[in-house]
Amino acid sequence: MSEYVIEMLNITKEFPGIKANDNITLQLKKGEVHALLGENGAGKSTLMSVLFGLYQPESGIIKKDGVEVKIKNPNDANDLRIGMVHQHFKLVDVFSVLDNIVLGVEPGKFGFLQRKEARKKVMALSEQYGLQVDPDAMVEDISVGQQQRVEILKMLYRENDILIFDEPTAVLTPQEIDELMEIMRQFKKEGKSILFITHKMNEIMAVADRCTVLRKGRCIGTVNIADTNKEELSRMMVGRDVSFAVEKKPCQPGETVLEVRNMVVPSKLHDNNAVKGVSFDVRRGEIVCIAGIEGNGQTEFVYGLSGLEKITEGSIHLCGKDISHSSVRERSIDGMSHIPEDRHKHGLVLDYTLAENMILQSYWKEPFQSHGFLNKNAMNEYADRLIEQYDVRSGQGRDTIVRAMSGGNQQKAVIAREIDKNPELLIAVQPTRGLDVGAIEYIHKQLVAERDKGKAVLLVSLELDEVMNLSDRILVMYEGEIVGELDPKQTTVQELGLYMSGAKRKEA
Amino acid sequence: MMKQFKQKLASPAYVGFMSSVITILAGLLFGFLLLLALNAPAALDGMGALLSNGISNLNSFAKVLYQAAPLMMCGLSVGFAFKTGLFNIGAPGQYTMGAFCAILLATQFQMPWWVCLLGSMVGGAVWGLFPGLFKALFNVNEVITSIMFNWIGVYLINLIFANLPMTLANYWGATNSDRTADLAKANPDAMIPRLGLDKLFGSTYMNISIFIAIILAIVMYVVLNKTTFGYELKACGLNKNASLYAGINANRNIVLSMVIAGALAGIGGGLYYLAGTGQYVLEKAILSRGFDGIPVALLANSNPVGTIFTALFISYLSVGGSAMQPNFSTETVNIIISVIIYLAAFSLLVRNLLGKAFKPKATKEDKQ
Repeated sequence: MSEYVIEMLNITKEFPGIKANDNITLQLKKGEVHALLGENGAGKSTLMSVLFGLYQPESGIIKKDGVEVKIKNPNDANDLRIGMVHQHFKLVDVFSVLDNIVLGVEPGKFGFLQRKEARKKVMALSEQYGLQVDPDAMVEDISVGQQQRVEILKMLYRENDILIFDEPTAVLTPQEIDELMEIMRQFKKEGKSILFITHKMNEIMAVADRCTVLRKGRCIGTVNIADTNKEELSRMMVGRDVSFAVEKKPCQPGETVLEVRNMVVPSKLHDNNAVKGVSFDVRRGEIVCIAGIEGNGQTEFVYGLSGLEKITEGSIHLCGKDISHSSVRERSIDGMSHIPEDRHKHGLVLDYTLAENMILQSYWKEPFQSHGFLNKNAMNEYADRLIEQYDVRSGQGRDTIVRAMSGGNQQKAVIAREIDKNPELLIAVQPTRGLDVGAIEYIHKQLVAERDKGKAVLLVSLELDEVMNLSDRILVMYEGEIVGELDPKQTTVQELGLYMSGAKRKEA
Repeated sequence: MMKQFKQKLASPAYVGFMSSVITILAGLLFGFLLLLALNAPAALDGMGALLSNGISNLNSFAKVLYQAAPLMMCGLSVGFAFKTGLFNIGAPGQYTMGAFCAILLATQFQMPWWVCLLGSMVGGAVWGLFPGLFKALFNVNEVITSIMFNWIGVYLINLIFANLPMTLANYWGATNSDRTADLAKANPDAMIPRLGLDKLFGSTYMNISIFIAIILAIVMYVVLNKTTFGYELKACGLNKNASLYAGINANRNIVLSMVIAGALAGIGGGLYYLAGTGQYVLEKAILSRGFDGIPVALLANSNPVGTIFTALFISYLSVGGSAMQPNFSTETVNIIISVIIYLAAFSLLVRNLLGKAFKPKATKEDKQ
């Protein structure tokens, strides 16, 4: 019997113009938490997709318990008891939690679904692992953290004992992250083996036993966590030293750029307003951060500011001009840039080339447009300049279809476009979501540079570290209201957490 | 040398061309097997007629061009809407409205051909406008509204024609009142100019309509690929949220896109009935040529220039099919043609397979 439950030996997987995995070897021991670390586009997701049967490698073999296996599709993976929680959950929104868990392995008699039996088994598992869920709730109605529990229960229900977590903490609150870590430790105790994909050093240090680092499709090495530290891991991952602290000069705020008074934005989900009368200012040369737990009205808040959603009350002034009811384009002309929360939904046309995406808001301006025609030369020159200046990497340069690019580089493209507009106000919503430390460092530097150029920066973030490190002023949003204004130098993460959870609010 | 050759093989244009050829050949082979099964002794002759009739003589070739023009317009209409994220199944209705306006202007109002053709464009555009408006304002699926508008269009114009005697054939000396007037009698000026092409080809089917359609196809290609308007339309079709984020007026573009698609189909109706060789017959079902625009567009992958060739291809098959008739029934011929078109639609699948087969093995090192 082999020491390893899963061995991926010399895996190579190519895509047009790029070797996503180049001779990678990954060995997972029984009962260990094995972290997989790497920058965006380093090939982590590709490697896991190979293990899960979504891709076939050009070369290399996979062994389970020392025996070579062929994994042609996720069903094969499931038969080998490999389960995966994807970064973007694969749940049916309009099905109940219970139905989602049993989907694909429904217990049935004569073609009828035996829900009772399934419910018993699910509830037993939920109890055993402390994964509280309401089996009858619709998935669309429960929080992201709960949806993740459903995904975990799905794996348990299928009696998987090799569990892959693809960036599971990106969407969780700090408390939920702690709970997840605890659950992973419990799995380990029971002899399940875990592959844990993440960018976050703290989490690796907290739960992992060993860590394999990938860089640009190559395997850099596998280390024991006990023998290493955060700095060494990041050096392996990025290939250079990375600073975690954001260096910035003291803030020197100037005149007010954005003035919001009593802004109300209705909710699409329910009859109440999502943003209930918010007032604040952002001045030149400062980074103001809107902190809060996901789902407290931040999304609608940004829609209201950017003009994607109409505000029903209140006013917005940009550089003294009333833009309360201006269109998205008018706001853009008046100096608003917006790095959207969801780059796939709003930020990019994924089937357009990089060059076409770079002019998404400016295609109608000179020199990209003349007499109604697109000027390809101007477009290409502009795209090449941004690619060079902001180090956006892709398989075929400006002609790359954006869908084929890695998440980090897609985000860099959005950021390049938005910053290069030279705005008065830069709204950055979760600009580092799902990115690796190298990219995060880069984006933070860009935001600080904008501030130092005298721009007003409004950052909306769920990451406490980012909020504390980057902002000059923190506004805490809770249930659609601003419940506190804090100075990052004088507050603690704990105090911030109290405001975010609604336990504390400033006296009005 | 070998590597260069391989790279050439892997170029998208070559792969696209080869996959179309392969699928068409497969379709023809399958069609032949069907012919063998249905009427073995006549199969070879039938297949020969299907394949060669379109170029067997100038008259047949003129017919191919004559039928291809309206087909091309319907294909452009459907393809244009596809590119902008809409499914214009209303092409038959728009085509019918185009035909109606052209005939009305030609007979009732005695207008010259170019006014009639512009009228057909407006008629089709109006019939595209309504589904577009419903979609933009109330988010009503354009498939539902445009199917309804197909029927509304057909019965509406039957009603109007029946009540306007000048539009009907019997007013101009013919005996039947179930169809519109013969333009040669009613208003020869309304017929699309032939510029001597009819004499050259020795066929009254020949006029300049095919050239009008080809020019419009090229214009649509330029609009979609070279203009900011096309950039906007495609962005809306590919990702509506991103186009809203970019400040593009998505609703306006939905309406415009349907209006343009309608106008294209409308011109198709005008081109067909202004040729002077066909008369619109009342109390009939929806004209199927509008629906034929769907395979024309799909085969061309909605590319306007590709539409030129797919329309010619389908028109060629249908002219060829008509020569098979004594031995095979119309229905059989339609089955054969449909099978060939159906298999041709697999070209996308073959394209992917070929793309994989020709993929150069040596890739650029570490470029990411």
